[in-house]
Amino acid sequence: MQRHLISAADLTRDDAVLILDTAEEMARVADRPIKKLPTLRGRTVVNLFFEDSTRTRISFEAAEKRLSADVINFSAKGSSVSKGESLKDTAQTLEAMGVDAVVIRHSASGAPYRLATSGWIDAVVINAGDGTHQHPTQALLDAFTLRRRLIGRDAGLGQDLSGKRVTIVGDVLHSRVARSNVDLLHTLGAEVTLVAPPTLLPVGVESWPCEVSYDLDAALPKCDAVMMLRVQRERMNAAFFPTEREYSRRYGLDADRMARLPEHALVMHPGPMVRGMEITAEVADSGRCTAVEQVANGVSIRMAVLYLLLGGMEPAVTHSRSEEK
Amino acid sequence: MSTTLIRGAKVLGGEPQDVLIDGETIAEVGCGLSAEGAEVVEAGGKVLLPGLVDLHTHLREPGREDSETVLTGTRAAAAGGYTAVFAMANTFPVADTAGVVEQVWRLGREHGYCDVRPVGAVTVGLEGKQLAELGAMHDSAAGVTVFSDDGTCVHDAVIMRRALEYVKAFDGVVAQHAQEPRLTEGAQMNEGAVSAELGLGGWPAVAEEAIIARDVLLAGHVGSRVHICHLSTAGSVEIVRWAKSRGIQVTAEVTPHHLLLTDELVRTYNPVYKVNPPLRTERDVHALREALADGTIDIVATDHAPHPQEDKDCEWPAAAMGMVGLETALSVVQETMVDTGLLDWAGVADRMSFAPARIGRATGHGRPVSAGEPANLTLVDTSYRGPVDPARFASRSRNTPYEGRELPGRVTHTWLRGKATLVDGKLT
Repeated sequence: MQRHLISAADLTRDDAVLILDTAEEMARVADRPIKKLPTLRGRTVVNLFFEDSTRTRISFEAAEKRLSADVINFSAKGSSVSKGESLKDTAQTLEAMGVDAVVIRHSASGAPYRLATSGWIDAVVINAGDGTHQHPTQALLDAFTLRRRLIGRDAGLGQDLSGKRVTIVGDVLHSRVARSNVDLLHTLGAEVTLVAPPTLLPVGVESWPCEVSYDLDAALPKCDAVMMLRVQRERMNAAFFPTEREYSRRYGLDADRMARLPEHALVMHPGPMVRGMEITAEVADSGRCTAVEQVANGVSIRMAVLYLLLGGMEPAVTHSRSEEK
Repeated sequence: MSTTLIRGAKVLGGEPQDVLIDGETIAEVGCGLSAEGAEVVEAGGKVLLPGLVDLHTHLREPGREDSETVLTGTRAAAAGGYTAVFAMANTFPVADTAGVVEQVWRLGREHGYCDVRPVGAVTVGLEGKQLAELGAMHDSAAGVTVFSDDGTCVHDAVIMRRALEYVKAFDGVVAQHAQEPRLTEGAQMNEGAVSAELGLGGWPAVAEEAIIARDVLLAGHVGSRVHICHLSTAGSVEIVRWAKSRGIQVTAEVTPHHLLLTDELVRTYNPVYKVNPPLRTERDVHALREALADGTIDIVATDHAPHPQEDKDCEWPAAAMGMVGLETALSVVQETMVDTGLLDWAGVADRMSFAPARIGRATGHGRPVSAGEPANLTLVDTSYRGPVDPARFASRSRNTPYEGRELPGRVTHTWLRGKATLVDGKLT
């Protein structure tokens, strides 16, 4: 595995399966009365958030704390960044304080890559979402959720997602979640279909390892999971689609459409959901929607990533068990 | 008056000859020349070209002297073999009045490294709304002949039409930065497979091509000359080729970086590759090379765009667009056009000196290397090959995409009206 986690495309099949398997071990910790491992004791992780994202930051923070890391939260609001300090200076300041890993969220595509490759810092860089580029831990937690639900918690260990069919619906153009998922699901052997109005697909999508369709109803009966992406209402103002109602009529998931899915198929959403837009409340609250479960899985995945990138190759849980005695 | 004898130079790449410079002019070109008391430069088979002319340079003064000044920019020009540069108007204040263009022109004259021909803004403040006083700039000491809002497009069709018509009165030319503004809002790089993957806002080829198509039709309609800045796509080449075949008076330039680099480099997210128009695809690069070879594209212009380090040492979307180019242009042209067999040195002289001087009406530049002509000359060691070292640039800025890249050719001498500005690779 590479030293940093910048893009889901950087992961090999074996890397990804190792992360998913490790996340299963981490998930077992969450079932214990004391949800804490000493693995990253004495290591410092900074959550460097240049873009508001409460849920992703909290998820990383929970993962870091469960691994006993020292956690520093840095958000751009009220910081030196608003006074004009550059990413480079901010990074170097944090490094001077002895940071072992930087979890970065940034509105600029490529900012984590720059941080990892410009020689500004030595710390491990983990991408927590950059612009409209990548969000690799989201793709990993989605894959984790898929494997658990479609193959099984124990049966899934060591397995990839060969042959599983996943349909991703919505604003692909502006979505780092879609890009990461296409990369990772393809690596794991799944077949991905993107469904969106043509305006919300990037020019160049033809070269992605997936199918593209404009017809949601045709795609639904053939999939094992459908992943609904958030569609911001403001997109309407830039003429990406005529009205909110037209969007949800053609590309929203309601109960009628959900009924067209195979019995076993999941409804996924990375959150935050725009109810009434891409998903109706009825679907969001149904037993088939895994949105909340995805959040829980996110902590396990982020623990696994932090552990593998920072904790080295010793077994996480067995090692810690002996220490817990 | 000083005399200089250049011995054994391949004039425009031909057989070795001697060239005698007497004062400001070329006195004689021939074999076995001698001159009492002349300073002798042994060319030893180097190629002698007419002094290069850059129709598209950003000298940044006034306003952004932290990135370049007329002095540092013209020193960079001399180091790159140039004897005349056209300084773009997007300074602070904008070069949209006679006062500003005269200031820039005077600074160039005082420093004496390279003639500076200021470009006047087409519209007041580059805002695209009201014509600047084009006639006053032409009538000023700077004698402006090229007008451009470069950095921004004259997108209003009526303003563009009027500008094209108006400058006919004094044989001026409008140089268009072809970029449809609405299609390029938030644009960060070429729109295509790479931008889709990297999640960076796309700058579609059609945004350039649509403006070029409109402007060649306008120029044809009103019978004016139009010049297209930094043409970057295969589609633009087709439109210019069509326009020329119809007899429309259109000329076009290509930058060295668009002849060599592609958008694959953006995968590094290193803003040193961020430029406007953006680096395009391999297919575009080949179309541009062929078009420059067959004359569809008339000239190479650097779009030398200096930026301070802090504007490049950051995340991609925050970075400034542009690359320095004066000191590497000829090497890139040798690499992409000469060493590939697409163009000979006479062709290079045409694309980098004769034709740009003609388009910009730069009197005394872009003249043949023959007796009686102004001694604006450039001597190039074409056998040299080595890595680009930005630390050695004369430019105040270092934002080159070629750092460490091996390129052929090195300018060793430049003469501006008989006065050496560069000797053995060192500025005088």
